[in-house]
Amino acid sequence: MTATRASRAAAGRTRAAAHGGATKTARWRNPWRHPVFLEGFTWLYLIWSLVPIALAVLFSFNNGKSQAAWQGFSWRWYFTDPVNSVLHNTALHDSVIQTVRLSAYTTVIAVPLGVAFALGINRWRGRTSLTFNFVMILSFVVPELIFGVAMFFVFTVLFSFVHLGTLAETLGLVTWNVSWPAIIVQARLVTIGKQYEEAAADLGSTQFQTMRRVLLPLLTPAIFASAVLVFSSVIDDFVIVDLLSSNVGNTPMSVYIYSQQHGGNGGPALNALGTIMLAMSFVIAVAGFVGYRIMTRGERGDAKLALTTIAGA
Amino acid sequence: MQTAPPQGQPPAPPPGRHSPAPAGRPPAPRHRHAAQSANLFWVALAAPGILWLVLLFIVPFYAVLAIAEGQLNRLTESPIAQYDPLRWSSSNVINVFHDLVGGTAFAGPIVVRTIVYVAAASLLCLVLGYPAAYFVARFAGRRKGLFLVLLIAPFWISYMMRMLAWIDLLQTDGYVNRALLDVHLISAPIDWLGGKGITVVFGLVYGYIPYLILVLYAGLDRIDPSLIEAGRDLGLSRARTFIRVTLPLSRQPILTGLLITVLPMLGDYFTNQLLSGAPNTSMIGNLIEGQLGTPGLQGQGAVLSLLLLVVLLAPMIYYVAATNRSSQGAA
Repeated sequence: MTATRASRAAAGRTRAAAHGGATKTARWRNPWRHPVFLEGFTWLYLIWSLVPIALAVLFSFNNGKSQAAWQGFSWRWYFTDPVNSVLHNTALHDSVIQTVRLSAYTTVIAVPLGVAFALGINRWRGRTSLTFNFVMILSFVVPELIFGVAMFFVFTVLFSFVHLGTLAETLGLVTWNVSWPAIIVQARLVTIGKQYEEAAADLGSTQFQTMRRVLLPLLTPAIFASAVLVFSSVIDDFVIVDLLSSNVGNTPMSVYIYSQQHGGNGGPALNALGTIMLAMSFVIAVAGFVGYRIMTRGERGDAKLALTTIAGA
Repeated sequence: MQTAPPQGQPPAPPPGRHSPAPAGRPPAPRHRHAAQSANLFWVALAAPGILWLVLLFIVPFYAVLAIAEGQLNRLTESPIAQYDPLRWSSSNVINVFHDLVGGTAFAGPIVVRTIVYVAAASLLCLVLGYPAAYFVARFAGRRKGLFLVLLIAPFWISYMMRMLAWIDLLQTDGYVNRALLDVHLISAPIDWLGGKGITVVFGLVYGYIPYLILVLYAGLDRIDPSLIEAGRDLGLSRARTFIRVTLPLSRQPILTGLLITVLPMLGDYFTNQLLSGAPNTSMIGNLIEGQLGTPGLQGQGAVLSLLLLVVLLAPMIYYVAATNRSSQGAA
């Protein structure tokens, strides 16, 4: 497809050249010319989308209390300042630890739960399985605030033995994120088809052996991709943890930034926290991309596919 | 052809496009007993996930309903859930109704404002996002990977960090005001963060546009370029090809992309709170979140969030059906 377009573009160029040099009108009339305006627009969009974040990262190194005026480079908001740096302020570094902890708990619970669900639902064809598959997808698209309200009420009124805090946050996040592995693994199961399982069964393998030795190895990239997605979406999650956290001790970074900034206590320390979140996500994204590429080596598909898979598209 | 499946392929060639789907094929001959235990095995695998969904997804929504239809403990101002539908009370519903319509209704204007803000923001997302997605899907050529990385980057940057970035820029002494003063577009700095609707809409666009672009990109990338080339070969101009060929083919991605931005925007309270924080810009999300934290009003918060859910149920199901269809088409 690219080759066709490229060759056509080349043909257009030679035609234009034949018609009296590269005059402006010929270039303009070339039906396969490169869309300069569209590309310019795209670059403007990207600048608008990414430069502010680069500036916010820059301000986390500001040697002053302003989030708007540059006063020189320093590490004070990370570790030099004895009171307000991420290293020395308990509330700040507790929020970092809480985020990592919630991400780890959620991934460890949600991924096996979702993978088992996907395997079971996909191979067990019946009305019950279809219904619950629909419920699972519904949990994927329900607006987060409505879901968060339900979680808030269930833990304050019905299951009130689960107090708001780390346990409630983890349970809520698992429910919210279990659909990633459930959906991604099912999509992969569809492309795998049933031939391998049937071959294994014909050769005398039991269901469990088939799953362990045939299906799970084939599913490894999908499971890995969903683990990466769950971990990173918990880092970025806000609404659920905002509604389910109860005090400073169980407040993750996103909620801490929000409550301080909107409470009027903003400052470069929040930018430092945001930069730490960004760095964590970046490391996971790169590890996820590289890992996915290694696992799917020798298969058809390219880097772009791995990219969109890791982004959850 | 160019439509790659969403996941990598297994080493063996998959069944052709026109061969019957694997699910429809009769199972390999087995003993009846074996088939039954096989089924049990899959049921057992799915069971923990099903149990989890029942306890922590279905039951919670029933609890919200029970609180919405329940009453208020006048002493503690906490809601009392009523799980028996025969004894449901409508006091919360009536209260919410009076908030929404009538002379003293304060929530009515909030609903109208929410619709206006979300409509403006999602249309802006589309107008800004479509050209970018179209360019990357069709013309990026060998630099497609680079553009994709840059388009996907915001997914990996925390929403709070992205809002923080604009809070920095929009401060009274921030770069936006300084730039506007430098080019003499304004004579005094503008208090962008002091309750301006336009800032909220802008924040919503900035926050949710990456989702729209990724959906659009995935849809536009699937359009067979030979269809567009055919349109051009048959004498249509660039603009007419776009209107007659590309646009009709991108109707589905546009719809799902708009849904993926509209659904979360309707429940958004943090963008508004961070970029404005003033009551004169508050949206449904702010209303619900505020009621959740106010003793005595929690029941009404439950009613409102259920109302929102009912209104959004149809678009949600449409979205599920549409994405199911397109993923099956790709596989």
